[in-house]
Amino acid sequence: MAMTLHVDIVSAEKQIFSGTAEMVIATAEEGELGILPRHNQMLARLKPGQVRVKLQYGEEQVFYVSGGMLEVQPHVVTVLADTAERAADLDEAMALESKRRAEEALASRTDEISLARAQAELLEAIAQLQAIEKLRKVRKV
Amino acid sequence: MAGGKEIRTQIKSIKNTQKITRAMQMVAASKMRKSQQRMLSARPYAEKIRTVISHLAHAHTEYRPPALMDRPVVKKVGYIVISTDRGLCGGLNSNLFKAAVQSMREWQAQGVESELCTVGTKATVFFRRLGLKILGSSVQLGDNPRVEDLVGSVKVMFDRFSEGEIDRVYLVHNVFVNTMTQEPRIEVLAPVTARVEKVNAPHRWDYLYEPDAPALLDSLLVRYVESLVYQGLVENVACEMAARMIAMKSATDNAGELINEMQLVYNKARQAAITQELTEIVAGAAAV
Repeated sequence: MAMTLHVDIVSAEKQIFSGTAEMVIATAEEGELGILPRHNQMLARLKPGQVRVKLQYGEEQVFYVSGGMLEVQPHVVTVLADTAERAADLDEAMALESKRRAEEALASRTDEISLARAQAELLEAIAQLQAIEKLRKVRKV
Repeated sequence: MAGGKEIRTQIKSIKNTQKITRAMQMVAASKMRKSQQRMLSARPYAEKIRTVISHLAHAHTEYRPPALMDRPVVKKVGYIVISTDRGLCGGLNSNLFKAAVQSMREWQAQGVESELCTVGTKATVFFRRLGLKILGSSVQLGDNPRVEDLVGSVKVMFDRFSEGEIDRVYLVHNVFVNTMTQEPRIEVLAPVTARVEKVNAPHRWDYLYEPDAPALLDSLLVRYVESLVYQGLVENVACEMAARMIAMKSATDNAGELINEMQLVYNKARQAAITQELTEIVAGAAAV
């Protein structure tokens, strides 16, 4: 029997693939990696690209990941895929955005946020009510 | 008809409120199912990354990231508080804030200051009113939050941790026990060792790294923390929907009771008015 690997591909929002394979080929930051069973333990960062999984009996499945991490244990390969493209400066921009929002919230003296929310909720409730009203009329006819 | 008209308009207005609460209950019930699904589908990632981190804790790595090292002396703590964006969900948020404030007080008693990062409008508004230091916030994430929405807030907190400004980071969120019960929980996010149990490895080994160990391990840990926060957030959304459904159900029931009572009062008043009119007519006729 040929040696096999257990492969898991997951992203933060869902499981993408889980199963047994003969070989995994992933696009790491420094080039393509081919991983066979009994590979040494390894950690690698992936760049946006394909992850190809060679299943038993010659089948092959291809997944696209927008970056992530790859962990290799002798018989287990785990791909932790990112859901979006990540870059240091992009993360920095988001951090700044988060800080800005906090300052904005601190700066506004009145309860603008809660007022706006309340209004939005009210509108939503009214819309739902209207929808129910319409539904009732349709049923009656 | 003394008071008859007033009671009638009041009944009508309660009926309208009841319609709204019933609609909200039904909307929350359908959203709850979806958010529970989301909570379950986010679990595999959290499990896998936890396995990787525990492998990492057992490996004899050439570089130990600062986030993995325990800090015996705590000078300042950070909290990431996850709340809902909208209200009308029972005591969900206030229970959570109570737990968070209590934990902060305990630290304060030891002379340790707290800093905050808020996720969700309610937490931002609440802690702003308390006058606490808010480092970052993410609001209006909707019912289907994405990891990208959290990256900023987590980074703000984690940078402070890496700089050594903050020695411990907590995550405060609600745990979905079942539809009826949601519990506030405070977990340690960093240092990461606090969560990974130590097992004696049979032999010494280290990873091969591509590109280099520090960059790799740091970004892995950031992803780990993000996944925990994300998991907390989706769980909190499920809690929100369940709590809102329950709250709106009891509001609808209460409105129903109120309407019944008032209907009774209204009927009595109407009957009394009719009786009075009749006696007046009869008395009038008898007098003639």
